[in-house]
Amino acid sequence: MDLMRLTAVELGKKIKASEVSVMEATKACLDRIHALESEYNCFVTVDEEGALKQAEEIQKRIDAGELTGPLAGVPVAIKDNMCIEGMLTTCSSKILSNFVPTYTATAVQCLRDAGAVIIGKTNMDEFAMGSTTETSYYGITKNPWDTNRVPGGSSGGSAAAVAAEEVPYALGSDTGGSIRQPAGFCGVTGIKPTYGRVSRYGLIAYGSSLDQIGPLAKDVTDCATILDAICKHDDKDSTSYKDAADDFTSALVDDVKGMKIGIPRDYFAEGIDEDVKNSVLQAAKVLEARGAIVEEFDLGMVEYAIPAYYIIASAEASSNLERFDGVKYGYRTDKFTDLHNMYKKTRSEGFGPEVKRRIMLGSFVLSSGYYDAYYVKALKTKALIKKAFDDAFAKYDVILGPVAPTTALKVGESLSDPIKMYLGDIYTVSVNLAGLPGISLPCGYDKDGMPIGLQLLGQTFDEKSIIRAAYAYECTREYKRPAQLEERGL
Amino acid sequence: MTITDETIDYVGILAKLELSGEEKEQAKKDMSNMLEYVGKLDELDTDNVEAMSHAFPVRNVFREDNVTNGDDRENLLKNAPEQKDGCYKVPKTFD
Amino acid sequence: MSKTFETVIGLEVHVELATKTKIFCGCSTAFGGAPNTHTCPVCTGMPGSLPVLNKAVVEKAVAVGLATNCTITQNCKFDRKNYFYPDNPQNYQISQLYYPICRDGKVEIEVDGKKKFVRIHEIHMEEDAGKLVHDPYTDSSLVDYNRSGVPLIEIVSEPDMRSAEEVIAYLEKLRLIIQYLGASDCKLNEGSMRADVNLSVREVGTEKFGTRTEMKNLNSFKAIARAIENEKERQIDLIESGEEVVQETRRWDDTKEYSYAMRSKEDAQDYRYFPDPDLVPVVISDAWMEEIRARQPELRDEKRIRYKEEYDIPEYDIDILTNSKRLADIFEEAIALGAAPKKVSNWLMVETMRLMKEAGIDADDLSFSAAHLATIIKLVDTKVINGTVAKEVFEKVFAENIDPEKYVEEHGLKTVNDEGALTGVIEEIVAANPKSVEDYKSGKEKAIGFLVGQTMKAMKGKADPGEVNRILKEVLSR
Repeated sequence: MDLMRLTAVELGKKIKASEVSVMEATKACLDRIHALESEYNCFVTVDEEGALKQAEEIQKRIDAGELTGPLAGVPVAIKDNMCIEGMLTTCSSKILSNFVPTYTATAVQCLRDAGAVIIGKTNMDEFAMGSTTETSYYGITKNPWDTNRVPGGSSGGSAAAVAAEEVPYALGSDTGGSIRQPAGFCGVTGIKPTYGRVSRYGLIAYGSSLDQIGPLAKDVTDCATILDAICKHDDKDSTSYKDAADDFTSALVDDVKGMKIGIPRDYFAEGIDEDVKNSVLQAAKVLEARGAIVEEFDLGMVEYAIPAYYIIASAEASSNLERFDGVKYGYRTDKFTDLHNMYKKTRSEGFGPEVKRRIMLGSFVLSSGYYDAYYVKALKTKALIKKAFDDAFAKYDVILGPVAPTTALKVGESLSDPIKMYLGDIYTVSVNLAGLPGISLPCGYDKDGMPIGLQLLGQTFDEKSIIRAAYAYECTREYKRPAQLEERGL
Repeated sequence: MTITDETIDYVGILAKLELSGEEKEQAKKDMSNMLEYVGKLDELDTDNVEAMSHAFPVRNVFREDNVTNGDDRENLLKNAPEQKDGCYKVPKTFD
Repeated sequence: MSKTFETVIGLEVHVELATKTKIFCGCSTAFGGAPNTHTCPVCTGMPGSLPVLNKAVVEKAVAVGLATNCTITQNCKFDRKNYFYPDNPQNYQISQLYYPICRDGKVEIEVDGKKKFVRIHEIHMEEDAGKLVHDPYTDSSLVDYNRSGVPLIEIVSEPDMRSAEEVIAYLEKLRLIIQYLGASDCKLNEGSMRADVNLSVREVGTEKFGTRTEMKNLNSFKAIARAIENEKERQIDLIESGEEVVQETRRWDDTKEYSYAMRSKEDAQDYRYFPDPDLVPVVISDAWMEEIRARQPELRDEKRIRYKEEYDIPEYDIDILTNSKRLADIFEEAIALGAAPKKVSNWLMVETMRLMKEAGIDADDLSFSAAHLATIIKLVDTKVINGTVAKEVFEKVFAENIDPEKYVEEHGLKTVNDEGALTGVIEEIVAANPKSVEDYKSGKEKAIGFLVGQTMKAMKGKADPGEVNRILKEVLSR
């Protein structure tokens, strides 16, 4: 039996039934990582020693009956923008190359409380700015479906690690699509919960009003189970939702009879790959065949989401990233003449080009004389986008569409033209602007055999509808491993 | 919108970034393109729209005025690039 | 003929609020801890940390707003003010620009018998910065974040003041209001109250304001007065010599009595304010506002009126007693314990003032308890001790807040009221001083004073001088 082919929930069951020990599961995970990491580079840090120690302790607590949940003893990987006490946390940036937090992100703590074994920290686009995991200071992550392609991003390390079966599940974060798009590109499932569901405490901020932590795993059941563990009100995050906790697994019901599903016509207008379009529309047909009421409609505002998103996210990022200055933690330049020179050199040497590009843009749009024209305008656009979704959810339970206009791009293909790269976020960023929950799951393969992602969106705090629709759809399919793994007998 | 050298230098001061000549040229180009692109929002009539900071209303989140933190200096200072006498050491700020 | 100028002054006053914890984290605000011992990930700007607002800060800010006749912004928000400096750990300060908590207030001041209003433009909440200390050994600076995140309110006045006297009257007024509210101790020398002065000059009779400068680093009322005088002269000199006043921030050096411009090319003064996405709006309902209003204590102006009506003490004394909340509190507490208002006032106005002057402390620093003062008054009233002993005991109470009853008991300071014993001592004194007795009997009434003194000495001060006088006369008349 290959433990790494199991889902998190399947592995948890075997551990609970004492068929597999936590140590066996952990070692299987570490062995797989050792075997594949040189090729995929999903991790920035693998905490082998810590994981083995945790495995022992967790096994004891399981044996003592203290840990009984579905994730007890199951290894997990954490995106490297979530702080873990005593573990290097870099945001895939040089500027945090030596930062060891003294505190643990609440979402990670929730998993620890559920008995998770933390294996390590996954690679990402630097400070989550990017959609390819190519902007990492620690090298690019390769897509397990085709190592010439990117895994998507910014949670590319988490998505690729799950797809490559280096870990049963992982946490990612999603500011403009950073969970959903890499899940789509790597053929796994990911959920971006409603803003406020998962505490942001300990998540190193990119765009504070947009950031949200969520799971990446092999299937919908795993994702719902992980949400049960990490959605919890947190006094340490002012934007944490009071009733954040919910019973998400109760929505794992294979029944969509009468569910109203809307398909935005404007998602299929131009720029979308033909294979992607066909697969997504085919998925809609499957749901319709199972009793859902599916219709097309005009969502509106689609083309304004990316401009609004990049203004807001860059502005917030420019401020959030001011704290990286060589004073309190992280990298500091070797030679400097005075304070301001130290700031400038530290930051110029410590940040990569994409991060600098967004900091410059964000600082500009907030600067004197431009604030109203750009930032306020973007916040008003956000209000209009939210309204468009509210109108849609007055009619539909779930909105169905693609995650991205294409499948995974070739390594190096998108970095040369930033705007072209940003356009790939067209179906994902509006969801963050409106604070909505979204799920991404595989719905087919393009002519090159690369996975295609289906995106289902729900009204705020209605994760259950999208979990239910996604689960019902998933029940019609088999999980497919990356073809390259099959071919190479991995 | 054309971005001048002065604008790039000015934003560099605000953001504490020092760009090389080549980076500056690239930044001018990138920022011009980006501003032109986001200028698309001008098509929208937003006169009667209220700016939205948070997507849904949460208000009045408070803590009570109770001391919950003790002395964690040693731990916090571990990450400091330079420290002295229990303080973070920085280039001088006094003339 | 030379022109006459008038000074136009507006103030930005920062006040540290007296909360137990910082504005956005559960670290103590206590003064004087070792560097960085009152810090956590939030107030040192660690990545991933998040601010959560201290409710007491909002309540105190609203209290000050209500007491200064402001309109409360019932839907207020926090903004980030972005600028790089090592005392500012996030390199942005959480403050309020777009929706400050209070607006459009006013307070009345009085200078030389003339009353006028100073209008308040706004009051906003913000976090304090850390402290930078120069390290001469390494020629670098050391940062201590203990003060980082201590809650502040900034009270911004309109440019309504015309002289240093008006500025000081305004600051005194604010200090008293805020102290009475218990919102801050408002100590200029300790930095819990800080004033930045915005000053411009214009020809008398003109409407238009001149170009203003902002003066920082003013640590005492004297420094403020000196800085205003100096800046006024500097600006008039510039104008009269045909130069222009530059709008800038200047730093006052009180030892050298001059100011210099704080300018740097790295200092763009473009703060890129925007709403802080980590915090949510504060909505102050009518009910909450009324709750805060109902809790407001009696303020100084109300107290003065009441004292005049209730107690038979001079207006001058009332002014002094109410000029410090601490003094007024002691006064009222002692009265509540049964002491006569006039006697309490006397002790405070005479002995207390004298000892304060000797010790070089302010009324706010008084540490003795009102109950002990009331006890001393009771001990004198019931003739347990005499006035001289009472002063001696009070000095102890003032300095160490000792229990007067216990002290009198332990040191045997009680007046001897045993008439037989006293008569015995007096008879001995009379017998030992025939010369004085003779003087007295021959009509030199003053001679009795010497005999009283001798008796008091023999009694080690523990007799009631009136009683000694009475018995002496009795013995002498035998």
